[in-house]
Amino acid sequence: MSYDFDFAFLNEYGPDLWRGVWLTLGMTAASILPGFVLGTLCAVGRLYGPRWLSRITVIYVEAIRNTPLVIQVFWLFFGLAVLQVRIGAFPAAVIALVINVGAYTAEIMRAGFETIPKGQVEAASCLALTRTQVIWGIQFPQAVERVYPALVSQFVLMMLATSIMSQISAEELTGAAYQIQAFTFRGFEVYLVIAGIYVVMAAGLRLVLLGCATLAFPRRRRLGTPL
Amino acid sequence: MSILGLPLGLTPDQFLFILRGAGWTLVLSLFGFVGGTSLGLPLALARAARKGGLGSWLLRQGAGAYVALVQGIPLPVIMFVVYFGVSIGGFEVPALVAAGIAMTLWSAAYLGEIWRGCIQAVPRTQWEAAECLALTPAQRFVHVILPQAMRVAVPPTVGFLVQIVKNTSYSVVIGFFDLTYSAKVINNATYKPFQVFTIAALIYFLICYPMSVASRRFEARMRRA
Repeated sequence: MSYDFDFAFLNEYGPDLWRGVWLTLGMTAASILPGFVLGTLCAVGRLYGPRWLSRITVIYVEAIRNTPLVIQVFWLFFGLAVLQVRIGAFPAAVIALVINVGAYTAEIMRAGFETIPKGQVEAASCLALTRTQVIWGIQFPQAVERVYPALVSQFVLMMLATSIMSQISAEELTGAAYQIQAFTFRGFEVYLVIAGIYVVMAAGLRLVLLGCATLAFPRRRRLGTPL
Repeated sequence: MSILGLPLGLTPDQFLFILRGAGWTLVLSLFGFVGGTSLGLPLALARAARKGGLGSWLLRQGAGAYVALVQGIPLPVIMFVVYFGVSIGGFEVPALVAAGIAMTLWSAAYLGEIWRGCIQAVPRTQWEAAECLALTPAQRFVHVILPQAMRVAVPPTVGFLVQIVKNTSYSVVIGFFDLTYSAKVINNATYKPFQVFTIAALIYFLICYPMSVASRRFEARMRRA
């Protein structure tokens, strides 16, 4: 077996790859915060909300976590098209990602809330804090801090999952690669290159998110205690 | 075709077509798990290798690098790399083989990492006690450590099976005929995305949900024990 590797396509199609990188990163950045908010609200609703709300969040979380993202994306994208709702591939991808990652975040945050010792809540009630104040002022910050590494992993996985969005014609990195290999017939090389780019992006995103933690959690910043 | 009185708007033939895709999803999941186990177990052992000597250092670093690398690449890209990789070798392979290899490479990295944790969760003293009983290193591992590690490994492994089944859907990118692909074909033919993809989602759910529940049960039982 002999095969001549040819990476010449990088000269001509480099800008296309670059656009793909930015679209992937944009999609990820646009989904992280809304996904986190949705997940946190679901976790709180499930733990402290009325029974009907708790039921709904359980159904939402289980439905999303037990079906593939691809199917969710197809359902949303092709479904909206049938309903005559004209929406671009990028917003559709972001909506699907937010709904998807929200369900995973909900489970992670629920675990976080459950690790907060009962004594904290009781102490806070003794200080006459309201229920809302206890949840958002006492439990929430500690819960985030505890599960932060798990959240980071989940968001990195989400960034990798954006690679499926080329299936609904969003020209993110994998979509760009597909176009390039169709022109150059250099499929193997193209995908090796973008595999490398994804590795770098995953490591970079992890680093950035962990850097945010150092800024956000004073205990870590001042005392250097691990997350 | 109607289930429980719900008109799904598909003919029995179309429904069977989707079911056939579901069968191939199960086949690919099995490939992924069996392949992932046979590659993931050595990886876990290498990652958990005892410190001391250049050999064990190389083992640990090599396996660690593999895990870090694969966990940084999206599965669809791994599918493409394998798909084009085997074809430049001059082999014409069916999509099932390419998808099976990709699933193996991918799931091994995650299973290896899960099992490494399980092996390392067995207290050090167990190794030492086994050594005091004059067991050889292989005996220590097989008779003392492995049974304890396996108990810990059951819940996360079953949980990961769910990930395997769900992620076989990424094989749609290289045109493997699985549940997602067959649903896409039927959608293109009928243009009824809500019905078609709801059915596909339901089938995935029926496969995955029992495993999710089992995984949680095992975990709860272990926490009590």
